[in-house]
Amino acid sequence: MTATTPQTPATPATAPRFAAPPPAPPWWARLGGPAAFTAVALLALVAAPLLLEPFRLNLLAKYLCYAIVGLGIGLAWGQGGMLVIGQGVFFGLGGYAMGMYLKLHEAGGDLPDFMVWSGVERLPALWAPFASPAFSLVFAVAGPMALAGLLGTLVFRRRVRGAYFAILTQALAAATVILLVGRQGLTGGTNGLTNFFELFGQDLAADGTQRGLYLVVAVVLGVLYLGARQLLRSRFGRLLIAVRDGEDRVRFLGYDPATVKTLTFAVSAGMAGLAGALFVPVVGIISPALLGVVPSLELVVAVAVGGRFSLAGAILGAVVMGQARTTFSEQFADGWLYLQGALFIVVMTLAPRGLAGLAGTAREMWSSRRARA
Amino acid sequence: MRKSAWRIGAAIALISAGITGCGASPAGTAGDAASVAGGADTIKVGLLHSLSGTMAISEVTVRDAEMLAVEEINAAGGVLGKKLVPVVEDGASDWPTFAEKATKLIARDRVATVFGGWTSASRKAMLPVFEKRKALLWYPVQYEGLESSPNIFYTGATTNQQIVPALDYLKEQGKKSVFLVGSDYVFPRTANKIIKAYAAANGMKVLGEEYTPLGHTEYGTLVNKVVQARPDAVFNTLNGDSNVAFFKQLKSAGVTAKDMPVMSVSVAEEEVKGIGVDNIAGHLVAWNYYQTTKNAANDKFVAAFKARYGADRVTSDPMEAGYNAVYLWAEAVKKAGSTDVEAVKKAAGGIALDRPEGQVTIDGDNQHMFKTARIGEVEPDGQIKEVWNSGKPIKPDPYLRTYSWAGGLV
Repeated sequence: MTATTPQTPATPATAPRFAAPPPAPPWWARLGGPAAFTAVALLALVAAPLLLEPFRLNLLAKYLCYAIVGLGIGLAWGQGGMLVIGQGVFFGLGGYAMGMYLKLHEAGGDLPDFMVWSGVERLPALWAPFASPAFSLVFAVAGPMALAGLLGTLVFRRRVRGAYFAILTQALAAATVILLVGRQGLTGGTNGLTNFFELFGQDLAADGTQRGLYLVVAVVLGVLYLGARQLLRSRFGRLLIAVRDGEDRVRFLGYDPATVKTLTFAVSAGMAGLAGALFVPVVGIISPALLGVVPSLELVVAVAVGGRFSLAGAILGAVVMGQARTTFSEQFADGWLYLQGALFIVVMTLAPRGLAGLAGTAREMWSSRRARA
Repeated sequence: MRKSAWRIGAAIALISAGITGCGASPAGTAGDAASVAGGADTIKVGLLHSLSGTMAISEVTVRDAEMLAVEEINAAGGVLGKKLVPVVEDGASDWPTFAEKATKLIARDRVATVFGGWTSASRKAMLPVFEKRKALLWYPVQYEGLESSPNIFYTGATTNQQIVPALDYLKEQGKKSVFLVGSDYVFPRTANKIIKAYAAANGMKVLGEEYTPLGHTEYGTLVNKVVQARPDAVFNTLNGDSNVAFFKQLKSAGVTAKDMPVMSVSVAEEEVKGIGVDNIAGHLVAWNYYQTTKNAANDKFVAAFKARYGADRVTSDPMEAGYNAVYLWAEAVKKAGSTDVEAVKKAAGGIALDRPEGQVTIDGDNQHMFKTARIGEVEPDGQIKEVWNSGKPIKPDPYLRTYSWAGGLV
């Protein structure tokens, strides 16, 4: 991972592009972005639900949930230079908030099943507010944001950055897993929370419900993507990129890099939390295995494959790696992990800026060839 | 410049290969689905175990045993005149992946049944999938009971066929106090709840109850606590690698099997190899099957397994339970004359087969098996010698309803 980071501030080809406002491109180039977005949106919202069978559509919804986390990682890491390798924590907070609501709804006034066999006799106070779906949804986003905000304030004020910050986020993921597994009566332990049947009165197993959930996930991802783009184009976005490329210079100019970084970290955590809350009804389970060190790293790898300097690349990476995992493991149940690893290595060697970076490289090559001719 | 041109070309080739790969797979599977719907002369069955991750070392052995059963059944002419086609998927030691792959086997491959799982967590993750889609799962590992899904057949022991007999044996041996050591998850916690209820009703003392996280390897403190408590026996529900560290440190603390035997319920032939025979020889284990169990069916099973996978391989209880599951399902299909899930479930009740562990009968009410409980002692050669058995198969009672002392448990 770290092998590719040195090029961030060093590459003169990319740095000035962000540092100075780019010259206004011709009208056809300005239309290219919205046209591509519309095409992808049509593909995702119309073509996919019509063409894919329910099982595949459900898997795509899962990848898109990961893509929402990936978008947050792209924002924090690609644009803000904060390597976050513990996003699973925020994903898990959102997921557990949703899981607790579904579990309480399922139990209908009784104790959830795992509490009964763990010897818990009364509903723990921690669970009580999650009987309300509104509270659960709000907590799924606000909880991770608050936690990231607190962590960010503590860490960035003290100017902890780089590898130290990355290790901190990872330690948080590892510690959370141990806590969840250890408090079995409260959290369901290693089993996690599963066996949900209903969401807002809809049968979760029904194809129609799953199609609806897919559309919700796709729309949420689209809205968040547009929001993140707007954020990057704003003054705040310029400042964020400036912090990535020269934090001390930004400080000397009178801005506070800690605030910028904390806010961005909190936004990316909120995205992960929302993704977790959407993931649970789509996949039907939330367990500590989903938020540990390994799944958190897998998401970072996916963003690297897609291209961390581009928000669209982060989304592309999450979908490509998710689909690759499914395809490889279905075709080669015994050795698919090698293929998954090889895919990462090949993409990183041939395209260090990820799949999205290929377009940029091609454009540069085209213009230099024209210049020569 | 030439270099970057090469890079772009290669990357484009790679991506398009990936995309066509993804595009090709749905088309390919559509063809597969058609061949099933066309009623060809094959029946698909799913084998879903962890082939990667921490559980792979255990689950691969069960997959191997199930594969052997499928091959043997095919060699004998198949089921209803049709050959079985195994579809193998990797659960990757990750519970949500088990749910995803189970859905794939049912919805896309349309398998007649699935044999799979090991950990309780993987079973709990798959259970809603099988119940919602009205499909069938055969689960081959001893577990904590308190479950009876209409869509699962449990071919491993439930608590009254393993833990309760193990306690009976300790009581019979005059052990008046026990110390409970376990990994921190559902099975050990539930097992210890049962043990405490049993002890209270049978005048046994529980001198301590300690849990460690899965994969924990530092047992110095815990062993000290055990030594200071001086129990007559230790009841061990540790899982996986932790057993290696626990038995090693117990031995270096000078505890011998003579003065403080450890009764383990998750240590079989395969695990004995990993722990090291020196560290565990003389200690006790509780299962329904050992490689040394004496009968014609077992001689055949062990010989066939070694011939197929190598002479150095051992057979164990979960492997045998997986091997049985395939035969029991095949028998139910023959009796039902169809692979329809409801018909198979109806036909399964009362089926009795002579298996390597002795006679196994399906209890139609709770879809568990009548199984003979066996207590064994680890021999210096790594094999397990049976020292006690229940004499006849025990009726499965996953909720312990027939045990008066277990009244408060459920």
